[in-house]
Amino acid sequence: MNISGQEFIQAMSAIGAGIAMIAGVGPGVGQGIAAGHGASAVGRNPGAKSDITSTMLLGQAVAETTGLYGFAVAIILMFVQPFKG
Amino acid sequence: MMTSLVACDNSFMIKSLYSFRIPGIDYDFSINTTHVAMLLVSLFILIMAIIARIKINKANASDTPGFFQNVIELIVEMLGSMVDGIMGKNANKFVNYITTLFIFIIISNIAGLFGLRPPTADYGVTLALGLITFVLVQFNGIKKNRGKHFTALFQPIWFLFPINLIGEFAVPLSLSLRLFGNVMSGTVLMGLIYDLLGPYTVAYPSVLHAYFDLFSGCIQAYVFSMLTMVYVNDKIAD
Repeated sequence: MNISGQEFIQAMSAIGAGIAMIAGVGPGVGQGIAAGHGASAVGRNPGAKSDITSTMLLGQAVAETTGLYGFAVAIILMFVQPFKG
Repeated sequence: MMTSLVACDNSFMIKSLYSFRIPGIDYDFSINTTHVAMLLVSLFILIMAIIARIKINKANASDTPGFFQNVIELIVEMLGSMVDGIMGKNANKFVNYITTLFIFIIISNIAGLFGLRPPTADYGVTLALGLITFVLVQFNGIKKNRGKHFTALFQPIWFLFPINLIGEFAVPLSLSLRLFGNVMSGTVLMGLIYDLLGPYTVAYPSVLHAYFDLFSGCIQAYVFSMLTMVYVNDKIAD
């Protein structure tokens, strides 16, 4: 089987996109920790539930950013294909 | 044109609906799905705003408010108190912009429920929103602090200047990428799920729409307007 240069680049782009999505591990762990602490805070002080929830969501959204950078790289590798030549 | 193995013609990509050329410029301009969806979203918000204005003008303090007026008052009060809680005494200057931003982003994000491709799943739209925030932050910082706005870049120690500068310019980038990434990932996943069983797709994507479009969209609209307020407040707080 002969693989042309173009096909090789496409295959490598697909593999690279898959590797880029490993970045999704970090935000998952971080958001889980934030949610856990948020839940324990609500358990301790149920009166401040709305404040705690909004702070938690804001922090989670900021923590999500790095994962989304990985997602952007994956999308670019898959659909924009900058190395197509 | 060579067909790509990786990027097959999926339903979640931006599609050109009509392309034209302007004489003298060697480039194919096109009207794509983002333009149409954004126009529809803007028209929807405009019509709703005009109806709300008419209703509020007609309203009498002694009447019982109807359903529509109740909803409008709820939205305005909720967003007003959100801005108030973050910005305090500066809230009056920014409440109009933040409310507009919030309503635009939330309607754009849930446009996927109505069969449109969400306008915020196009990086051109979210980058523009991020740059508006950047200009707002810098303008208010210069207006409030004058020269101190620039000397603050050298603040703890002079050699931290490059890091502070990158920190300033990362604001629009991270804001726009966050919104784009969230909405785009929802759109891609919904496109893949619709293609999963082909003609046997019955009803089950609606459950996932509730998460990817409604929940994620509302959270991101909240986060975008919240972060805009936090960044602006950071500059103008005493």
